[in-house]
Amino acid sequence: MDSMSWDDAVASSIVNEYKHLAGATLPILHALQENFGYVDKRAVPLIADALNMSKAEIFGAITFYHDFRHEPAGQTVVKLCRAEACQSMGCESLVAHLKDAHGVEINATTPDGRLTVETVYCLGNCALGPAALINGELVGRVDEEVLDAVCKGQSHDRMAG
Amino acid sequence: MSTSIKIYVPRDAAALSVGANRVATAIANEAKKRGQAVEIIRNGSRGMLWLEPLVEIETAKGRVAFGPVRPKDVASLFEAGFLTGGAHALNLGLTEEIPFFKNQERLTFARVGVIDPLSVDDYIAHGGFVGLKKAVTMTGAAIVQEVADSGLRGRGGAGFPTGIKWKTVLGAEADQKYIVCNADEGDSGTFADRMLMEGDPYTLIEGMAIASVAVGATKGFIYLRSEYPHAYQTLLEAIRTARAARWLGSAIGGSSYAFDLEVRLGAGAYICGEETSLLESLEGKRAIVRAKPPLPALKGLFGKPTIVNNVMSLATIPWIMANGAKAYADFGMGRSRGTLPIQLAGNIKQGGLIEKAFGVSLREIIQTYGGGTHSGRSFRAVQVGGPLGAYFPESLLDTPMDYEAMAAKKGLLGHGGMVVFDDTVDLAQQARFAFEFCAKESCGKCTPCRIGATRGVETMDKVIAGDTSKLALIDDLCHLMTDASLCAMGGLTPVPVMSAMTHFPDDFNRASKRMAAE
Repeated sequence: MDSMSWDDAVASSIVNEYKHLAGATLPILHALQENFGYVDKRAVPLIADALNMSKAEIFGAITFYHDFRHEPAGQTVVKLCRAEACQSMGCESLVAHLKDAHGVEINATTPDGRLTVETVYCLGNCALGPAALINGELVGRVDEEVLDAVCKGQSHDRMAG
Repeated sequence: MSTSIKIYVPRDAAALSVGANRVATAIANEAKKRGQAVEIIRNGSRGMLWLEPLVEIETAKGRVAFGPVRPKDVASLFEAGFLTGGAHALNLGLTEEIPFFKNQERLTFARVGVIDPLSVDDYIAHGGFVGLKKAVTMTGAAIVQEVADSGLRGRGGAGFPTGIKWKTVLGAEADQKYIVCNADEGDSGTFADRMLMEGDPYTLIEGMAIASVAVGATKGFIYLRSEYPHAYQTLLEAIRTARAARWLGSAIGGSSYAFDLEVRLGAGAYICGEETSLLESLEGKRAIVRAKPPLPALKGLFGKPTIVNNVMSLATIPWIMANGAKAYADFGMGRSRGTLPIQLAGNIKQGGLIEKAFGVSLREIIQTYGGGTHSGRSFRAVQVGGPLGAYFPESLLDTPMDYEAMAAKKGLLGHGGMVVFDDTVDLAQQARFAFEFCAKESCGKCTPCRIGATRGVETMDKVIAGDTSKLALIDDLCHLMTDASLCAMGGLTPVPVMSAMTHFPDDFNRASKRMAAE
């Protein structure tokens, strides 16, 4: 994912862009993460000031929601569904495969910063599982072949050829 | 030949997940190469998801379906004359004659997969905005009565009568009221809301507008889960277009009513499907469940009277207003009136969206529509109603899909999702997962849910390791969580656990049996 490194001035302008919304916290946090790839802890006082809320409330909101990352993600982000419908199609064996064949841990970023694999619960593609969002693209019937390609930095598109 | 032939290639996220965009590109390229004029329309999905990408050609006899189409099939399809519905291994005949589709009762989903989701003209040509036009000529009380008479119950899962909720908001005095759409469709095995928002978003907008007219609200929010990026883009575009066409804004549909709408994204918290936690989240806070009373209908978003309804409930309102309460109530059984969009998912051969009148049996859905498991192994269990729903064995498959009939078997209908498992499933592991999910997704406000779920995981680990004496503790814990939790998260987590223990006892003593044998 292309995202810039944290910059207080840019962050402030993003906060200002959304602060007029009723209940602006989540729109601001999404916009920050969209821009920087994560929400830095330096965002807390900026948002608290802009929304006239306490720093504790903002910190509380950031840490409550699974979506908001506290550090930058890898270049490729895989959100692998591990809810019941994908369990019934063997998603847990895919988690094991990532670790056994590629040494890739779930809910972590690889040490070289190339790949982040995160757990999600349901992508709404439950009749074509296992499902994953790979850099924002929904992929159905995910198998070891798809994950092997992603881990090797190749195209996961089975239909490209 | 220069007449432009209409080709439908879905833009639904499920279709995209198996290559619909690449198929659309391949068709456009092949048509260009052959000098054939085609108009490619990106529709919603017809809901036959195992056939995606399902390409349809408009012919004199009706729309002919081909699927599942892969980019490499496109040249041979043109060769076989598929633009005139020619014979090909992928030719499925007329779409609406495919038994899976033909035998449904599509009311809420009448337009999904049929129309161009973002064309207001197409929406109107297929009966859109008829309900709203009627509503603006009626009193709020008359609209609410119509909704009450239809028997519509909240499709999010709780099944609370929609008319009663609306009546409470109508009767509340306030300077501002809100319509909030709960589009936080977090249950595994459900995708009806997503399909509707991507395939017919104006139906949802119209339903919310009717609700606003009924109770005197001027502002609405759609709280959409962030796991649905495609639905988000479709809704943003639909709201922009509806506003430009004056179906949203200061004088909706040329009436004296004002209503406008915003989409807000959730952030990956399952608990936000609970209405009070959703409201906290919309207000920009941690999504901690509120104690009730006060009801959101009286003190909801920013403390104002608020209708909080599921996507399916709101999207059904236009049909009810256009066709009348009685026509809707004529479908269904017992106190479950109308239709239920059922989502058949998991390890299933023919999964997808099936809208049927209440009362159809689980067996008919799994066997007749689903055609058995995807793996080809034998059926073992179905979880109905999401992560908080019961696991049912084969012997309970004749249970009709009806709120009360499911409750009588200690299960629930929830949002209408069905997740099928084959005989490789270990129900003790599924019971453990139910606790684990609750522990991860609990908002933390009440002790039975926050602590109970964690103790449940630990205790299940002991059971799975062979200490079956701990099953009594699980039973005890489940009773406590059921009775003492603040909301359905902790209160219903025992449903999958207890159903797994009751119907699949052998899975809970595998280790102890193994140890005894050694």
